[in-house]
Amino acid sequence: MTFVENLTLFVLSAFVGYEIITKIPTNLHTPLMSGANAISGITLLGSVVVAGSGSTSLATALGFVAVVMATINVIGGYLVSHFMLSQFSQRGR
Amino acid sequence: MAGILAELLPEQTLQIVYLIAGILFIQGLRDMTHPRTATRGNLISSGGMFLAVVVTVLWFEILSPVILAAGLLVGGAIGGYLAITVETTEMPQLVGLFNGFGGGASAVVAGAELIDVFSASGSLSLELTTSAAVAGIIGSVTFSGSFVAAGKLHGLVGDSPVSPNVGHVIKAVFLAISLLAGLYLVAQPGLFGESLQTDWIPVYWLLVGAALLLGVALVLPIGGADMPVVIALLNSYSGLAAATTGFVLDNTVLIIAGTLVGASGMILTVIMTESMNRSLANVFFGGLGTGGGGESDEEMDAIYEGNISETSAEEVVMLLETANRVVIVPGYGMAVAQAQHAVAELVELLDENDVDVEFGIHPVAGRMPGHMNALLAEADVPYEKMRELEEVNPTFSQTDLVIVSGANDVVNPRANEDDSSPIAGMPILNVTEARHVVVNKRSLSPGFSGIANPLFARDNTSMLFGDAKESMQELVNEYKEATS
Repeated sequence: MTFVENLTLFVLSAFVGYEIITKIPTNLHTPLMSGANAISGITLLGSVVVAGSGSTSLATALGFVAVVMATINVIGGYLVSHFMLSQFSQRGR
Repeated sequence: MAGILAELLPEQTLQIVYLIAGILFIQGLRDMTHPRTATRGNLISSGGMFLAVVVTVLWFEILSPVILAAGLLVGGAIGGYLAITVETTEMPQLVGLFNGFGGGASAVVAGAELIDVFSASGSLSLELTTSAAVAGIIGSVTFSGSFVAAGKLHGLVGDSPVSPNVGHVIKAVFLAISLLAGLYLVAQPGLFGESLQTDWIPVYWLLVGAALLLGVALVLPIGGADMPVVIALLNSYSGLAAATTGFVLDNTVLIIAGTLVGASGMILTVIMTESMNRSLANVFFGGLGTGGGGESDEEMDAIYEGNISETSAEEVVMLLETANRVVIVPGYGMAVAQAQHAVAELVELLDENDVDVEFGIHPVAGRMPGHMNALLAEADVPYEKMRELEEVNPTFSQTDLVIVSGANDVVNPRANEDDSSPIAGMPILNVTEARHVVVNKRSLSPGFSGIANPLFARDNTSMLFGDAKESMQELVNEYKEATS
């Protein structure tokens, strides 16, 4: 992948994100934020690669710290979102 | 570097899996557009994350599965514990904290990747150093900024100890240091001759350190009322940090997911700033939240003197009994007083007596986008009863009674009438068009804008002084008695 290919992906994703997120109602903005937060924890992937493949012990240690932080973000974000959304759907009368 | 899967499957498989994960994220967000499908959307999105992580772990030969598993366990336990124990009123600071961890992870990953690549190949490509510098700055600002924001929301962190002007200088200095460090990293000039090869490592950490302090200096002076903007913007940053990490690691799913989050946070930021009639620059570089623009007691007295009519729960119930349509305007004060359950009960009773009752929710009613809606949902208010500003405003002229609980600036008619007021032009709920307005408040003290609210002095407005929870509970009890 070249820088330009990555950039293409970035720009196209931004448009998709804009189109979808502007359709999300205010009611769901808080669960959206915590869910989006969880998605941003995708840096976990980067952490996993670095923690795993670390050829120096410093990189491995840093990778471990990154895995912890990113996992907090992912697990916490999805759970918070899930609890909140189940409150919304309980009363769908 | 190849793991079990990589030996069995063709090279493109990993990219295909990342594509699928990206599609799951997008579909998950699409399902978020309706409350009925939103829970499923959240599950789909987490499925995408699970898939991407598991396949990545299996694909690359993980030299230290123990370390990895330990990291996942520790992080999962902390995240799970926080998510299970959180109160909905504390949601904004928790989302802020999670945000901070995401940003921090990005900054650390970029640093670790620099060390890794350098020790393996002895040189760094321009793309790598550029992306790492960007990820380092954005990630670090997100990390420290989010922690300060969370601390402020939780009441642990006070206001800035320095004056705004000194603050601007401090911000400029830290920004300059981190940008210069970033430039140095990108250009890799041979300042130290042959010793060049090692001196970039401290430079990256200098960049991280300066950006961390920049995050603190940026968020510290911002007032509590502006926190929804800050939280939304930091949300956007953590996404952008993830996307730039994707550039560092050449990882497509990181770019897609990070950009989606960046867009989401940015849109919410714009909605919040527009709802407060502020520009982003205004929020970050002083203005309303930091004092100034407030009115003296004398000025307020001139508006209120002799024009305030006080009411009681009995009188409000009499109004409720004859009303066909009631709108409740909740503010953050209501949530602080934990009055939402009493309010929800009142709404349910009114509903049973065939009164058309709805909530008019201003976008900045809570401490983060949609926060008030989440608080009401927790109190079992059906989401159909929650109306946005644009939906509810045209209906006020046909509304018999508006009950304002714990809100102030968002119903201040001076936003429409007084061009010189600090809130001029801010979209408000036009409650004065209703036949009666009852404002439940502890006192006549001003809201965050620090200005008087002429609504309280209107002929069709009466004040129900008292704690929100007690007042609402009293209304519920009186109404039960009157209708049974």
